[in-house]
Amino acid sequence: MALTFAATPRTHQDVAPRARGRRGRALRRNLTGWGFAGPATLLVVGLSLFPAVWAFFISRTKWNGIAPATGVGWRNYERIVQDPDAAAAAQHTLVLTVLFVPGSILLGMLIAVALNQKIRFIGFYRTCIFVPYVASAAATGILASFVFNPQFGAANEALRRLGLPTQQFLENPSQALLVICLIALWGEVGFCAVVYLAALQDIPKELVEAAVVDGASRWRVFRHITLPELRPVTVFVAIWQTITAMQLFDLIYTTTRGGPMNSTQTVVYYIYELAFQTQRLGYGAAVAYLLFAVTMLLTLVVIWYSRRSGSEAF
Amino acid sequence: MRRRLPFSPWHLLLMPLALIFVLPLVQMVLTSFMTTQEINQFPPRFIPTSIHLEGYRTLLAESHIVRWFANTVLVSAIAVVSHLVLCSLAGYGFARLRFAGRGVAFLAIVATVMIPIQLLMIPTYLMFARAGIVDTLAAAFVPWLASAFGIFLMRQFFLGLPVELEEAARLDGCGALRTFVSVVLPLARPALATLAVFTLLSSWNDLLWPLVAISDDTKYTLQVGLASFQGTRRTEWSQLMAGNVIATMPLIIAFLVAQRRFIATMTFTGLKG
Repeated sequence: MALTFAATPRTHQDVAPRARGRRGRALRRNLTGWGFAGPATLLVVGLSLFPAVWAFFISRTKWNGIAPATGVGWRNYERIVQDPDAAAAAQHTLVLTVLFVPGSILLGMLIAVALNQKIRFIGFYRTCIFVPYVASAAATGILASFVFNPQFGAANEALRRLGLPTQQFLENPSQALLVICLIALWGEVGFCAVVYLAALQDIPKELVEAAVVDGASRWRVFRHITLPELRPVTVFVAIWQTITAMQLFDLIYTTTRGGPMNSTQTVVYYIYELAFQTQRLGYGAAVAYLLFAVTMLLTLVVIWYSRRSGSEAF
Repeated sequence: MRRRLPFSPWHLLLMPLALIFVLPLVQMVLTSFMTTQEINQFPPRFIPTSIHLEGYRTLLAESHIVRWFANTVLVSAIAVVSHLVLCSLAGYGFARLRFAGRGVAFLAIVATVMIPIQLLMIPTYLMFARAGIVDTLAAAFVPWLASAFGIFLMRQFFLGLPVELEEAARLDGCGALRTFVSVVLPLARPALATLAVFTLLSSWNDLLWPLVAISDDTKYTLQVGLASFQGTRRTEWSQLMAGNVIATMPLIIAFLVAQRRFIATMTFTGLKG
């Protein structure tokens, strides 16, 4: 890199008066650098770092957005601990994440292995499985409330044909969260499958062939060669899907809006309600900060764990 | 020896899976062409008796769907173009140029990746309210002008390019901008394609932020429009499905047309960086 800026004969520099010398060149270099990086940096930092700091100050106030805010110190954070709604929301988010992340890793891997076979119609299968990822979560939610409609939805019709009892699905407080998790998997697993598929195709063929020559069964090849090779991708998928699950909002908004009986109210949905439905900005910001802390902690744990076990994805 | 099936056993897994993934979308399209009576029939029918445009007609007449569509196209177009320009410039700056404050600036960008949108939406809403752009289309596209993900993606890509070409261009007397535009950018097509696809998908499909920032129903994007339409007509399924078709089909068709590139693009996601 130093070479680029060494005093090699460059025509356009000869035009500039020599008197400006080194300081002039440094200034020019900085201006060029900031000219390139400045606009995007300013936008990103201005629209996230700055608001994030501001959110912290808001989280230490009681404020409805109109009347002047009153400082309450750490009281908002103390209240979260005793807030049953926050606890329920945290629990729903946890359940969702715990079902969704392993679900998308297992399903994604299984589908990728299947899609990696050289059989007929494989292009057609790939298309079918990936298409739902392109559809928006909002549209998926509207479609899902049709498919899972207890009266005339296709899901119950399928159960009827199979001679199984029909269900209330999204209208039943003990099923709704599970159904939402299934819908989210339907919409997102295509992405995981594609990422795994790319990783599978990157595994050197010699590795697998050598094992087969040595008489390893298909399962053992998968267990001892494929699986270890997929580890870095799994770390990536795990982090990506954890963030997706913890931030799931659109799907809930167009299916249950947090109901029935708050059974699908996740942390993210709770923050939205606090801040933009009931105008409790200070408390909402405090809950958001807690969510941020937990997300960060989780991500760091995953990264630390993956570094320790030697499969670096980051 | 095992008896062989006349086809690979993988079909037994893939065929039902493919149906599960695609049938709901097919049903969405078919239902959008049904009448309300047909939809409420028991047992439910899958295929309409003939093509009815009732759902589309009512939707067009009683909502601003054309407006929402235009708004979404505009927001996504601005998002994609701005992302391509600003993030590739910044990515190149961070990868190749030396300037005071580069390290700090890059660190600040990386630090923002972890911040969830839910934390940002309250202060961002307040900021936009003070700037007077709440309830305008600007509120919908300003957060999409650039992203940490985009800068990071482009920087990783540029770091992987060999420097020699750029050095040659410099020696020939090209300035940084000229080198970037005529030497580096043409090499960056795969990365730019990835960035464009991701930005298009996420800006087109975003619901939460425009829902927060826009309340005037002529300024809605498609997703917000659909969600609000759903709120008032929970049972008008042909109209809702018609809206869904209009909102999802442009991206689905784009995907079907450019499938290979699309999937190649998705797998490019910084994974190999």
